Amino acid sequence: MTAKTLFDKIWDQHLVEDLGDGVQLLHVDRHLMHELSGPRGQLEMAQRSLKTRNPELTIGSMDHVVSTAPGAKGGNAPWADQMIESFRSESRKAGVKIYDIGQDGQGIVHVVGPELGFTLPGATLLCGDSHTCTHGALGALAWGIGTSELTHVLATQTIVQQRPKTMRVRFDGQPGRAITAKDMILALIGKIGTAGGVGYAVEYAGEAIRALEMEGRLTVCNLSIELGAKIGMIAPDEKTYAYLNGRCHAPKGALWDQALAHWRTLASDAGAQFDLEHSIDCTLLAPQITWGTSPEDVIGIDGTIPGNKPEALAYMGLAAGTPIAGTKVDRVFIGSCTNSRLPDLRAAAQIVRGRKVAQHVKAWVVPGSWRIKQDAEAEGLHQVFLEAGFEWREAGCSMCVGLNGDLVEPQARCVSTSNRNFVGRQGPQARTHLASPAMAAAAAIAGEITDVRNF
Amino acid sequence: MNKFQTLTAVAAPFPKKNVDTDLIIRIERCTGMPREELGRYAFEMARYLPGGAENPEFVLNQPRYRGAQILVCGEFFGTGSSREVAVWALASLGVRCLIAPSFGQIFFNNCFQNGLLPITLPAPTVASLAQRAAAPDAGPFTVDLAAQTINGSVHFEIAPRGKKMLLEGLDEIALTLAMEPKIAAFQAADRQRRPWIYP
Repeated sequence: MTAKTLFDKIWDQHLVEDLGDGVQLLHVDRHLMHELSGPRGQLEMAQRSLKTRNPELTIGSMDHVVSTAPGAKGGNAPWADQMIESFRSESRKAGVKIYDIGQDGQGIVHVVGPELGFTLPGATLLCGDSHTCTHGALGALAWGIGTSELTHVLATQTIVQQRPKTMRVRFDGQPGRAITAKDMILALIGKIGTAGGVGYAVEYAGEAIRALEMEGRLTVCNLSIELGAKIGMIAPDEKTYAYLNGRCHAPKGALWDQALAHWRTLASDAGAQFDLEHSIDCTLLAPQITWGTSPEDVIGIDGTIPGNKPEALAYMGLAAGTPIAGTKVDRVFIGSCTNSRLPDLRAAAQIVRGRKVAQHVKAWVVPGSWRIKQDAEAEGLHQVFLEAGFEWREAGCSMCVGLNGDLVEPQARCVSTSNRNFVGRQGPQARTHLASPAMAAAAAIAGEITDVRNF
Repeated sequence: MNKFQTLTAVAAPFPKKNVDTDLIIRIERCTGMPREELGRYAFEMARYLPGGAENPEFVLNQPRYRGAQILVCGEFFGTGSSREVAVWALASLGVRCLIAPSFGQIFFNNCFQNGLLPITLPAPTVASLAQRAAAPDAGPFTVDLAAQTINGSVHFEIAPRGKKMLLEGLDEIALTLAMEPKIAAFQAADRQRRPWIYP
């Protein structure tokens, strides 16, 4: 029998029909919806008089347009409330379960999918959002889709897809102190570029990946799309199973045992061939921070700003040849589907504890889900942040998508734990620097971009 | 869906790298605006000055490229967010064909769902097409999908299924709905193999 990759095994197990020339019709086991891309698909469904084929295989949550202002219970504008209400009522009509505002289970779809045990190893999972690659951290085959494909999933519970090539990235060695999953994946993007993964499904492997807890693995897979790859995945292991066991949508009892036996067969076989291989030596990594307007514009915190992208530097208000450390910041955002999980908040709190946010900085913590907010409060993390001068907000996408009133002011500089430093992403003319939660926390305290290892 | 067969139209050079879908259409425009109105907001941040006046530097504001239906783009066009609104905005602006060394993969799929032809060619070929589009005496380009050529001479590759979808204006959902018995059969067998998937 030929040795197969994790990707190949899962893909082949979902084949409904081979459409020829590498295009295949695949079964979709899990579908996640949110109130921004969901309503457009639901509208298409209504206009075409189509019926949701398997509503029990879809769940929804509210994340993109919900206000995260403390105590908020909806959008921050009438149009947002309309979208929320439309998503609610159309989902109810279709029989799709929604985890609504103020309920356990509400939060950023890529946070709550794993949190609810809806995301499973070996499953195909799609969502109308590019960061759906996140779910690959549990050994799921997951990617983001547009509105037409979303409608296709609702109507047929399948997807038509060109089979991608495979790439393996090995993260070797143990990273040093304060080097996180975010630094590992940013370093990879810096090395191979934002188009380095175009056309590939990426499997992350190696000692440093195995050492990560699930939350760190979710961070790594989350940035696959910033590598140009729609799919990023990690073979499930004992950590994955321990994470899933007992979660609300995860299988129970005899079904759990049966699922577990299947999941244990999924890892890439020894000798499986990948179309491309890369590796990163984690022992050499410094905390990473972006300086430009693409996630590939990244350097170590001890680096100097390069001069190869003058347009990006003009936008960012930075000068080539100067050290990135010491750059004054105005805003700090800890949140998003990349870095808003409990260990992220703990890492930030550890830096913040007993210190104060610099006077000129406005700093926010936005937990990824309702559940994370409760759990963090039970540990007293909110007090740590509040006492330091952070705002402690409600769960949602917040300043990562900038569609909910949460914006960075024009020309203001924000250290953000999110995933995109694109022009205008956090608001018109906003300047974004991507970094880990600990680095963001350190910037909030110092009032400037600074090396968290000095804390 | 709109068919794409041959197109003879003005081609605009737009060699910027990493044009993300946020740049093509701002997120605030993705909240329910009718598709046909989106063209006004395509490339909003580059196309207009902060005061709202047109930015004369932006390629599509230059008289000779106004209304261009073909864009000769830089590397990795359409990277980032999955928003299909980006494709609708381009379509509403009148764009029917994009030529680039590489595309964001979700954006690339979204193009085929909306009658837009994304053509991938090696970077030097794209650069020479951009040069041609920028030449003072540049005439319109002709893209022939059936023949897979640009201006009769530059050959491009395209996946057979995508080509057929565009040429015939096929609707993928209707095609898959016609395969319902196969989907039902898959699920019936899969329920035995992986019962935990089906609640």
